[in-house]
Amino acid sequence: MDQELKQTCLYERHVAMGAKMSPFAGFMMPIQYSSITQEHNAVRGKVGMFDVSHMGEIFVEGPEAEAFVNYIFTNEIRGFEPGKVLYGMMCQKDGGTVDDLLVYREFAPEHFLLVVNAANIDKDFAWILEQSKAFKCTVRNESPVWGQIAVQGPLAEKVVIEALGYKEAASLEFYTFCDVLYKGKRLILSRTGYTGEDGFELYTSPESIVEIWDILLKAGVEPCGLGCRDTLRFEAGLPLYGDELSPEISPVMAGLGMFCKYDKDFIGKEALLDQKAGNLAKKLVGIEIEDRAIPRAGYPVETPEGREIGVVTTGYHSITLDRSICFALVEKEMSALDTPVQIRIRKKVFPGKVVKKRFYQTNYKK
Amino acid sequence: MSKIIEGLRYSESHEWVKVDGDIAVIGVTDFAQKEMGDITYVDMPAPDDEFEAEEVFGALESVKASSDLYTPVSGTVVEVNEELEDAPEKVNEDAFGAWIIKIHMSAPEELEGLMDAAAYKAHIGE
Repeated sequence: MDQELKQTCLYERHVAMGAKMSPFAGFMMPIQYSSITQEHNAVRGKVGMFDVSHMGEIFVEGPEAEAFVNYIFTNEIRGFEPGKVLYGMMCQKDGGTVDDLLVYREFAPEHFLLVVNAANIDKDFAWILEQSKAFKCTVRNESPVWGQIAVQGPLAEKVVIEALGYKEAASLEFYTFCDVLYKGKRLILSRTGYTGEDGFELYTSPESIVEIWDILLKAGVEPCGLGCRDTLRFEAGLPLYGDELSPEISPVMAGLGMFCKYDKDFIGKEALLDQKAGNLAKKLVGIEIEDRAIPRAGYPVETPEGREIGVVTTGYHSITLDRSICFALVEKEMSALDTPVQIRIRKKVFPGKVVKKRFYQTNYKK
Repeated sequence: MSKIIEGLRYSESHEWVKVDGDIAVIGVTDFAQKEMGDITYVDMPAPDDEFEAEEVFGALESVKASSDLYTPVSGTVVEVNEELEDAPEKVNEDAFGAWIIKIHMSAPEELEGLMDAAAYKAHIGE
């Protein structure tokens, strides 16, 4: 079915600045403004900003909100204080991933914000509503009324303090947030991101987001598109839903077991425990090849003898590291570090080996 | 505006051909390199590989995408530009200087089917 592409509140800005636009997750989004390399390097070396207003904001509140969120979320939210952010997944009963998301414990008791992937907003909202029937809580999808900008890079704190005046930024640790005001309205200032660098994600009304974008642009923050968002998250070893997580790829298969806590009941727990015990066919690995050729999504991974053992999920010639690397989903038996493999790229094969998935040493604020 | 050089032949898939006797020197146009963005890898054939006209002989890779390269003429590869193996960015810097392969043409009459500079300029709408 043809569906009209949505626009974020910053669409006019992107077009006016001559960004290369492309459909992504049902939205018309900027892929790049100048070049992916330049924008990528700005985030690693200085500071860049991304329009991430397409992301989904789902609020859960009510007497049993905590119990409910803990039941649909793989990570453990009991004992997790107001002002904290937690990463994890929602899973199907069979362990397949519904989505990966951030859970914010708000300052009011039994209030949570779930930030989900743009492509999954409708699916997630329907899933969450369905599961919530047995709990005393309400679920609201407020995605259309929230805009979001991610400010990322070693100078992000300085910019948020100096250009926007939020001194609170200095005391926020990574994966915490606070509520501040922008022109009298609520702004969620969150020390989170998807680049492997220090940074902030700012959530507020779409109108305010446009004004904040203009302020940051004037302050010299590099506008960045989804192109470098992908190269940055990839280098930092972070998964993208649809590539490294899906209804067929569980958190355990993706190597994200550390975000699944089994001292509680949650949807998918039995299946994930079973996989954790070794009952899984494939695992996500990092692979490096000894050539500048680029292993891209969909290319086959083989043993040195030419037997196909898996497929590339994301791959680049890394901008920061100058190495040709990829994530690939391969047979579990072939997933140990240093296992020799080869990747078929067009008509040639390129030898390589299994390496750690976190290619780049992240620089988060402790 | 993309650079276009008089005296070369052009394909619809944005390769240029410079004729030197029986040899066709082949690269991609300035328009093509701009469309691709930062080129990070040039996949080239080996000398002695044979290609029919309009066959894929390699690929350009940018950060985000890969784009096939097509031979505008049939023949045998006599040389590839090895400099591009370590410096693919030369295609961005000077698309007409950074030739990719040289082909010994088996059917030079195929050149007649290619565009001249004026026709190529119209083709890319500039």
